[in-house]
Amino acid sequence: MNEPAPAPKESVPTRRSFFGVLVGSISTVVGALMAVPLLRFALHPLFDSTSGTDWFPLGSPEEFGGADPVRAEVSFRKTDGWRVSQVKQTVWVTHDSSGQLRVLSGTCPHLGCVAVWRDDQKSFVCPCHKGTFAKDGERLAGPPPRGLDPLPVKVEGGKLWVKYQYFRQLVAQREVVG
Amino acid sequence: MRGSAPSGEAGREGVPRRRDQGRLGAWLDERSGWRRLMSTALDEPVPGGARWPYVLGSGLLFIFINQVVTGVFLSLYYVPSADHAHTTVSYIQKVVAAGGFLRSLHSYGSSFMIVLLMLHLAQTYVYGAYKNRRELLWLMGCFLFLLVLGMSFTGYLLPWDQKAYFATAVGTNIVSEVPGIGGSLKVLLRGGNEMGTLTLSRFFMLHVFLLPGLIFAAVAAHVFLFRKAGAAGPPLPAAGLQKLPREPFFPAQVFRDFVFGIGLIVMLGALAHYRPTSLGPAANPADATYLPRPEWYYLPAFQWLKYWHGPTSVFGIVVLPGLVFAALFGLPFIDRSAERRPRRRPVALGSLLLVFATLVFLGYRSGADDRGDPAVRTKLAAQEEAERQFAAAPFEPEESLGVRGATIPPQPASLTSEAAKGALLFESESCSGCHGPAGRGGDGLFQLGDLGKRFSIEQLAALLRKPRPDMEQGGMQAVQLKDEELRDVIAFLLSPARLTGNPKPNQP
Repeated sequence: MNEPAPAPKESVPTRRSFFGVLVGSISTVVGALMAVPLLRFALHPLFDSTSGTDWFPLGSPEEFGGADPVRAEVSFRKTDGWRVSQVKQTVWVTHDSSGQLRVLSGTCPHLGCVAVWRDDQKSFVCPCHKGTFAKDGERLAGPPPRGLDPLPVKVEGGKLWVKYQYFRQLVAQREVVG
Repeated sequence: MRGSAPSGEAGREGVPRRRDQGRLGAWLDERSGWRRLMSTALDEPVPGGARWPYVLGSGLLFIFINQVVTGVFLSLYYVPSADHAHTTVSYIQKVVAAGGFLRSLHSYGSSFMIVLLMLHLAQTYVYGAYKNRRELLWLMGCFLFLLVLGMSFTGYLLPWDQKAYFATAVGTNIVSEVPGIGGSLKVLLRGGNEMGTLTLSRFFMLHVFLLPGLIFAAVAAHVFLFRKAGAAGPPLPAAGLQKLPREPFFPAQVFRDFVFGIGLIVMLGALAHYRPTSLGPAANPADATYLPRPEWYYLPAFQWLKYWHGPTSVFGIVVLPGLVFAALFGLPFIDRSAERRPRRRPVALGSLLLVFATLVFLGYRSGADDRGDPAVRTKLAAQEEAERQFAAAPFEPEESLGVRGATIPPQPASLTSEAAKGALLFESESCSGCHGPAGRGGDGLFQLGDLGKRFSIEQLAALLRKPRPDMEQGGMQAVQLKDEELRDVIAFLLSPARLTGNPKPNQP
């Protein structure tokens, strides 16, 4: 077997270690440069803002004049990466304490089951973990950290329109995530 | 350093040990033996010392790593199905951050692989480095050569654009020339008689799992056999070679390999940045007019096929290339002389030059043929233009129903049920092959304008049943449909949605 020839005392290890450091540091720089596009590529969903939904017509506001909340289904196109799909979600049309129309997302802010209006209890109850909410969506009891989430509404052309939104679950502060 | 058990502070005599290799290094070494591994890897003696021509093998390894890394990342968004492949590649190219850049690195990387492979092979050949008990090393290299060709062939289809589809349709047809089993071989390769989504799945599996796995194994074997045989050194007689001083692989050769590798990566990055690779319109199997051309390194083979027809084609397409590859693989068994100096091996050098000149000539002829034929030239230019236009157009996401039972969004103008049936017939009868999707034309296609302005239903029916002579000249054939089917087609042709909306009838 060959010996690595350590005979000329200082010079060989110095030259070898110099090249080692040189090769190592250039590799690090080039590797870091290469990592930039790779990371941007892989992390793209974090910075992608193309998802979002359209306004959806719920009907004329008079249809929702009753005392109890009315269940409605909104259907909208949602961008899902390279495809757009038609998505359906449940919303509740109800009134706030001053009698103004209010549209609540049916999605429970706890773990995402759909809360339903219970006529016998005069409140929304989430079937999964018994979160209960008042008629205007305020939290009454149970594990959910906040009330049901109100959605942006507008009345235009004699119709009530809603824009569906997704909210972060399990946090007390409302945060739109899409 | 070698041999003595490194135990922390011991072994300090002679070469002073660097601090960073101290305790942690010793701890790791006792458990892994990495120092021995490193010195085995780095202290390989190179007869005659480091040289630039030896960098090609390491260069291939650099580019292969580039292909693996970019390929793994591309699979984050790619879907191998005929329905989605093109959309997802288009999404990568046009939407995802740095997507066009990574895809270009991967696509140009394959060309770099081919070029380096040719150079590596030629260098080994000219230096006679396959001699002196290096048969297995050479065979493994030839095997890697085939694997790399297989990678570029299978990868080419994956974007599922016009050029990918038709080049692969031609490429897979070649195997049917194999006597006896050719037909079955083609079906096996395509996953059916025709190109389709199963072809894509097969090529994807080959490109992403099987061939890379084989390449990893073969590279390991190649490097192992190389170390076993030792570096061949310059092409000198054995006696002269013995006398040459030996220099360890590190640092001088490692440094050269490294500079070359960095140079390759920089070139590749610049190319990918300034000339991003293109993506054409989605594959349209009904398009009978598309002129396929393979990637540049397959052009000589493409041209070669033009010279063989009739009964001799088996000889030209199967036997002769088979013999060339057999000669390549069997080289160390055929050329058994110990002579390595190129000047003393006129036959070997002559055959290399002959093969190389033939490839260059065939490649040149292929380009010259295309430029010489005005019809081909215009068509190829039109295809390139269509590709440029598609590349410049914004990304269009794929419509999908998503949730079951969801309502279909209202469309500006929708098709009646008759017209929807007609739209399906328009596709299935290949009308779109000559008239473009929904008859809306395209490059070199016959666009069907607002027919309602020019014809009544009866006139249209008569024309479809019996085309005018000028229509027949353009390739139009009499429509052989049942009366009610013809009515549906006419309803589609006259439907305003055909010209404006998105009249894809694929959502029942």
